[in-house]
Amino acid sequence: MKAINRRQAFALGGGFVMLTLMPMAADAEVTGDAAKWIEKFTGGKQPAKGRISLDLPEIAENGNTVPLSINIESPMTADSHVKDVMILADGNPNAGVATLSFTPLSGKAEASIRIRLAATQNVVAIAKMSDGSLFTEQKTVKVTIGGCGG
Amino acid sequence: MADKPRIKLPKEAAKGEVIQIKTLVSHVMESGQRKDAQGKAIPRKIINKFACEFNGKPVFSCALEPAISANPYIQFDARIDEAGTFKFSWTDDDGTVITAEEKIALKA
Repeated sequence: MKAINRRQAFALGGGFVMLTLMPMAADAEVTGDAAKWIEKFTGGKQPAKGRISLDLPEIAENGNTVPLSINIESPMTADSHVKDVMILADGNPNAGVATLSFTPLSGKAEASIRIRLAATQNVVAIAKMSDGSLFTEQKTVKVTIGGCGG
Repeated sequence: MADKPRIKLPKEAAKGEVIQIKTLVSHVMESGQRKDAQGKAIPRKIINKFACEFNGKPVFSCALEPAISANPYIQFDARIDEAGTFKFSWTDDDGTVITAEEKIALKA
């Protein structure tokens, strides 16, 4: 076998690091029973990215109360408004967090709640519009102290 | 059991104005995941539904899961087209419903 020189060794090493990092880069993948919740909510349709702004702290010191704000771009008229928004936390014992239902009377598709997160995980929001289209957004939250008192 | 829910919204609004409503209700929101000193699971007891109506028409509602923090705080918006009354209700797992009402007037 041909001996590899220093430069080639580095290239190989680099390639290996890339490979091991790949699964982390693909964090769009939702794990556990969150996938089932999504399936039930969307009916198998693939939601598009965008229109939602999900506001969560990057690092939550206390997983018992993590402030979450969500805002969805929509005119909120009788013809075009946001109907339901499902919020999921894929690392909790139960993935479901809340399902918000808006009406044209809401004026704005905006809400804030406080949620529990068991550990560092992804929080996913999926919005269903009145015309049936779906949008999604997700954020990773690092949790220092878990909020499910295990 | 529970204290009176706290609700914050303006007393009056211009026609067509979108106002912000903040609500807070005292509740343990026992998730059903915790265990007591004897290692027995503490049964789940949460508020599973919140709803807000204005003059009988639904404005906002949400289904809540155990992942909602104790003393659930919910903030949302409402568009005011006429003077009237907001009705808020929080439904517990055991069927009890906490209700509250707030009036709003139109700005002259």
